[in-house]
Amino acid sequence: MLEFRLYMAQRLTALLMAPLVFGHIAVMIYAVQGGLSAAEILGRTQGSVFWFLFYGTFVFAVSIHASIGLRTILHEWSGLKGGLLNAVAALICAALLALGGRAVMAVTLL
Amino acid sequence: MDQKDNTLKVTVSRGTSGEQFEQEFEVPAYENQTVLDVVSWIQQNSDPTLSYRFACRVGMCGSCAMMVNGEPRWTCRTHVKKVVRKNTLSIAPLRNLPVVKDLAADMTPFFDKWVDAEGYHHPTRTRHDPMQEVTPNDEERNRANAGIECINCAVCYAACDTVANNDAYLGPAALQRAWTLYNDQKNENGQAILDAVSRDGGCHSCHSMGSCSLYCPNELDPMSAIAGLKRETAKNLFRRRR
Ligand code: SF4
Ligand code: SF4
Ligand code: FES
Repeated sequence: MLEFRLYMAQRLTALLMAPLVFGHIAVMIYAVQGGLSAAEILGRTQGSVFWFLFYGTFVFAVSIHASIGLRTILHEWSGLKGGLLNAVAALICAALLALGGRAVMAVTLL
Repeated sequence: MDQKDNTLKVTVSRGTSGEQFEQEFEVPAYENQTVLDVVSWIQQNSDPTLSYRFACRVGMCGSCAMMVNGEPRWTCRTHVKKVVRKNTLSIAPLRNLPVVKDLAADMTPFFDKWVDAEGYHHPTRTRHDPMQEVTPNDEERNRANAGIECINCAVCYAACDTVANNDAYLGPAALQRAWTLYNDQKNENGQAILDAVSRDGGCHSCHSMGSCSLYCPNELDPMSAIAGLKRETAKNLFRRRR
């Protein structure tokens, strides 16, 4: 049952990520084409609730999605299982959340 | 076939699980010859202690599957011509299963997993009821028909890398049977099937890479059957929440 729940969580986060990826790519192309400097970009993102939610959701979905995928690979390739496997996957999820969260805060908080 | 081509060099895996070794045999080559013919020739002419399994020799019983040059095949219907490489053949017991002896794989885990996947008939009626009508052309029936010709040969099971890397995984044949029964009007208790295939090692462990469908000698498509189970279990989750 755990695997089924993880499977659903992975699909749902994929659903969340799809539009965010396109949004992210569009923003990058826009920023590069318009020749925005780092300072100009930060000027727009810092203090913006929208960008905080946009990239915050992104980081949240990526962390869940990726740690579930890595959990499967770890299980199949290294034979890790049970509590240890889940603990390692949870750690990966936490690390991604921490790193991503830190980046989001740096870019969007004032 | 010219003169120097008329013998085959055959490497056969011998022994039991954990104590396997390879042995070479020279076997006369014929224009028309199956891999099972080659194995039988060795057993009848070179080494009567060679163990292997077959029954029907016409692709019905599913008992003769082996690894031939590293790929799972039904040996009674695999022509040597199709798989031979430079006059050599290597023949081994089916992958992903323990070995009884030589070329005979132990099918116990394979069939245990059919049962674990609820891959058996759950009747809707008793002998005292009238026969259940089956509508031949409806969508459900077609879905059931798609997998019904499975001969339990375990070729797909041997081809599946997920089976190789995840002991708990039920495998393509058992899951396809579960899907077939789920769609069969004569089968009751679809919920039990969905529950069984949703446990750890069930249909959600499949990576949809399709080796099963590529190698199935009956050209069945277990990968799509498993995709059907994934869809149904996901839908069922939301249905039950309501
Ligand atoms: S599609 Fe699924 S069942 Fe078929 S070989 Fe791949 S992992 Fe195994
Ligand atoms: S699905 Fe195909 S390969 Fe798998 S056991 Fe059935 S007949 Fe054999
Ligand atoms: S011997 Fe029966 S399927 Fe090959």
